[in-house]
Amino acid sequence: MNANGSAPVLELKGVSKSFGPVQALNDVNFEVHPGEVVALVGDNGAGKSTLVKTIAGIHSPDAGTISFEGDDVHITNPSDAVALGIATVYQDLALCDNLDVVENLFLGREEMAGGPPVFAPLDEVGMEKQTGELLENLAVTITDVRNEVGTMSGGQRQQVAIARSLLGEPKLVMLDEPTAALGVRQTAQVLALVKRLRERGYGVVVISHNLADVFEVADRIYVLRLGREAGDFKAGEANQDQVVKAITGAGASGNGGGKS
Amino acid sequence: MSTADATVDEDVEVRSPQMDVFRRFIAGDLAELRVVLALAVIWLVFYIQEPRFMSSVNLSNLVLQTTAVGLVSIGIVHVLLLGEIDLSVGAVSGLCASIMAVLNVKHGWSPYLSIAAAVACGAAIGLFQGSTFTRFVVPSFVVTLAGLLAWPGFQLKVLGETGTLNLNDPKITGLTSTFYSDTVGWIMAFVGIAVYAALALRGRQSRVSEGLSAPPLGLVLLRIGMIAVAILVAVWVLNDDRGVPLAALILVGFCLFFFYLTTRTTFGRHIFAVGGNAEAARRAGIHVTRVRVIVFVISSTMAAVGGVMAASRLLAVNQSSGAGDFLLLAIAGPVIAGTSLFGGRGSVWHALLGALVITSISNGMDLLGLETSIKFIVTGAVLLLAVIIDAIARSQRQAAGRV
Repeated sequence: MNANGSAPVLELKGVSKSFGPVQALNDVNFEVHPGEVVALVGDNGAGKSTLVKTIAGIHSPDAGTISFEGDDVHITNPSDAVALGIATVYQDLALCDNLDVVENLFLGREEMAGGPPVFAPLDEVGMEKQTGELLENLAVTITDVRNEVGTMSGGQRQQVAIARSLLGEPKLVMLDEPTAALGVRQTAQVLALVKRLRERGYGVVVISHNLADVFEVADRIYVLRLGREAGDFKAGEANQDQVVKAITGAGASGNGGGKS
Repeated sequence: MSTADATVDEDVEVRSPQMDVFRRFIAGDLAELRVVLALAVIWLVFYIQEPRFMSSVNLSNLVLQTTAVGLVSIGIVHVLLLGEIDLSVGAVSGLCASIMAVLNVKHGWSPYLSIAAAVACGAAIGLFQGSTFTRFVVPSFVVTLAGLLAWPGFQLKVLGETGTLNLNDPKITGLTSTFYSDTVGWIMAFVGIAVYAALALRGRQSRVSEGLSAPPLGLVLLRIGMIAVAILVAVWVLNDDRGVPLAALILVGFCLFFFYLTTRTTFGRHIFAVGGNAEAARRAGIHVTRVRVIVFVISSTMAAVGGVMAASRLLAVNQSSGAGDFLLLAIAGPVIAGTSLFGGRGSVWHALLGALVITSISNGMDLLGLETSIKFIVTGAVLLLAVIIDAIARSQRQAAGRV
């Protein structure tokens, strides 16, 4: 199947991964197209995290192939994934609360204004300008980008973390539970940002437990159960009931929805 | 942007954005101003008790007394920014001062080489302690506690049987007994003010020209004015006595260097990041171990520098150099001035301000002829008070920050 006529940015074929006797992923086929939001759902222990970590280079698959933008790739560590253009925003966000938005966005890739290597002054003005442009581009409203992120709401922090992942100009963005522990209003802010990522042509993978959020934002819903694909639905053609059945394994056909 | 986005607006803003920005620009000033006010109160109290406290002679001495502990505190600030602690700085300062004295007095090394060797030993000790701390993941508290116990042993070995070594090399004693003429003092003051004003105005201008939020011009001018008054008054007082001491320039010079390093460079940014959230820093590709080791090298190196200055001022090194309350004063100073013990928050200037507060208390009580017992109790109480005030201020700010 093809979401919008384009070739998939990421394609996994027959990927398996086991940890000792535990088969975490079993012959999984998974693809994401540019400008497509794929929700990855499943019960605890279904293999969602393992799948994301395999794509992010934290685990290497035991079997199967991964291709990125049409080329077969071997992702053996996180920096391989980043170099390819795969950005991952983990649930714990990994922001420094004592640093402001600009400092967090550019952490580890600070820009300098020239001078001797070790003592070169930071280009604060340039970085702040780029931060403003990036946030404006994503329609993220933050009153003052020089405020410490520790003083910000969970929704703002999530948006900062997502914006941060975009600085490396990725093709694929994976979000691990981006709306967990957020209020209604803040969830709406984050989901709106996910939609804008789609508008800007990123492939987006969202892990979520919240089916309401999933149906709100996803183009496609991919269900994992006990390490196997248990369903691949087009969001417009499925209802929550079908997805829940696929997640829990209840009912006859797990492979209902939009798989052509 | 779709129209739906507009409904997903920001959390309700009680304050206007301009007000927010203004608060941010003065927040840092206010924290420092609080310490300056505390210092003013301490001076006033001592002045009322004993007018000689505010004499230029005594204030000059105060500056000289501040130097050694202030230099050690600069290193401590870096360690505190990481959220770590270095208990060995007193011991390291004593050992390194002893090495300098032995090389210069017993072995006839040139003063410069002796000082360089002492500082290099400090750096090596920092490298050892930092590597042990990061390599074996032992708490820095324990590693440097071991140093606190062990380095004085090396100090006894280095000093040998003599125990006390008198320093009479004019280059070494001159570090704390050189004073500049009135004219030179005034020239330095005006050059310093001019450079600060130029940098402050240029910094503001570059933000304005890029369309970024900038502090109001009045605030910048006010800041320049206050710095100028502080510098001019200091030079005036010092000139009234013997002139601006070289020791003060050394302290301010190190402060300026490390202020630049911590706030204007990538490495400094990484210190704050590691102190704020080491895991986030690691994931951002920062070499956390390297940052930590370098910070411990800075700490021990500054301890050595402080030890050299203390030895220069006492004109001697003995078995108890660097012992006693030197270590605790060096740690208490920055904390009193507002550097957090939990990492990620602080400023190199807190080393200077904190050392001034601590030394003022000790100097004033000496002048009043109070017992040592009282001195210890008062200094401890001031530290406790400062930390409590800091904790309250911080929790209030966080309550206000989370809308």
